[in-house]
Amino acid sequence: MDMEFLETSMPFLLRGLSTTAALTAISVAIGFNLGLGLALMRLSENRFLAGFAKYYSLVFRGTPLLVQLFLFYYGLGQIGFIKSNAITWWVISDGARCAVMAMALNTAAYTSEILRGGLLSIPAGLKEAAKAAGMSSFLRFRRIEFPLAIRQALPAYGNELILVVKGTSLASTITVLEITGYAKRLMSQTFAIFEVFALAGAIYLVINLTLVMLIRLLEGHLMRHEAR
Amino acid sequence: MLTTPVADKAWEFAAELRANLMDASLILVWQGGWIRAILQGAAITIAVGTVSMIAGALIGTLCGVIKWARIFPLTLVVDAYTSLVRGVPELLIIYLLFFSSVQFVTQVATAFGYAALADSGYAFIIAIVAIGTISGAYSTEVIRGALASIPPGHIEAARALGIPGRRIFRRIIIPQMLRIAIPGMNNVWQTTIKDTALVSVVGLQELMRTASVGAGSTRNPLIFYLIAAAVYFAITLISQAGFDRIERLVGLRSRK
Repeated sequence: MDMEFLETSMPFLLRGLSTTAALTAISVAIGFNLGLGLALMRLSENRFLAGFAKYYSLVFRGTPLLVQLFLFYYGLGQIGFIKSNAITWWVISDGARCAVMAMALNTAAYTSEILRGGLLSIPAGLKEAAKAAGMSSFLRFRRIEFPLAIRQALPAYGNELILVVKGTSLASTITVLEITGYAKRLMSQTFAIFEVFALAGAIYLVINLTLVMLIRLLEGHLMRHEAR
Repeated sequence: MLTTPVADKAWEFAAELRANLMDASLILVWQGGWIRAILQGAAITIAVGTVSMIAGALIGTLCGVIKWARIFPLTLVVDAYTSLVRGVPELLIIYLLFFSSVQFVTQVATAFGYAALADSGYAFIIAIVAIGTISGAYSTEVIRGALASIPPGHIEAARALGIPGRRIFRRIIIPQMLRIAIPGMNNVWQTTIKDTALVSVVGLQELMRTASVGAGSTRNPLIFYLIAAAVYFAITLISQAGFDRIERLVGLRSRK
């Protein structure tokens, strides 16, 4: 790998890095909140809400992300209602926005399963104690259930974050130039296939390592009561 | 009848969806002979998924045992393999394998007069190598975890009885490992079958690619991608039911 090659390809990959980072951050921000909502729906006593959340997660986890992406990007534009509405058209007319929508809806399904596991792991006694202390259900959720659930779910959620980072590479199939998009272009232009793969792969590994470390720091922070 | 603006919009939407999907599109899909093409694509998807899964399970067993037994220089290689493959997007791995070999393979095949075969068979091989490599990395972790959860007392007891090492492996370790690994392998299978959709980008005529071709030539992507999604969903649902049954059979789940 010579310097000239690095000088020509690195700027592209770094530009791709900012796109990948933006796609990941926005999808995770939306997907986490949707996932939390779905997890609560799933655990609610309303059978309609619980059923909706269950089948939502079944469908989104049972089909490939690529199919979801293509369905949204190419398919939804066919429905006149979506095409004529300014907001929905704004979302699906652009590859990056469409990718964010698909990623967010997809990760919401996985996140809801992870958070549901966390919420189910809370000992009933704690919830009863909070109820006996006269906390409202919102206060109970904010002070008791959510903090305990997130602590339990954090390691699994860390894995999901890495899957989202990897998932954003699919945006390259709908014209978004992020790391993989640029890498593919460089591979077919420079024929330095291994070098491009090594560079792009290294960038992904650095992103994932950073995420793993951030999650571990957060975990240490949340578990600080157990530190000696 | 509700006559609020929201309900009106919803009715309008439903009518449009029906007009788009049922009336025109399904007839178009049926008359164009696309059902056959989609079923063929689904067969190729299942074939690629199955072969890659078997290859991945073999890689996973080998690497999992190496990782579990910490066989010194080899564990480092296995660690590098699993962390690389699990940290880098699947699509990038597929591009690496495809672009690095496509020129070479086409040249060799054309020189021997098998250009047509190279087009059809080649994408299939790339698909299996790529998906098998990815599946193998995830299987390695499952197998290593399963081996680690075998109580050490069982192995010590077998050793105390004087059973030779190879038979301990065959009679004590392997049967327990297979049983514990089933739920994990179920997850790996579900991801593997979904990952096969990615090889459509290098031109293998599987389910996703067939749907893309149909979407392009009929200019009706909505129905084609919906059908593709439904077929993938059917595959994952049916295999999930199969795994549930196996898990009940080997006593991993309580009978209800």
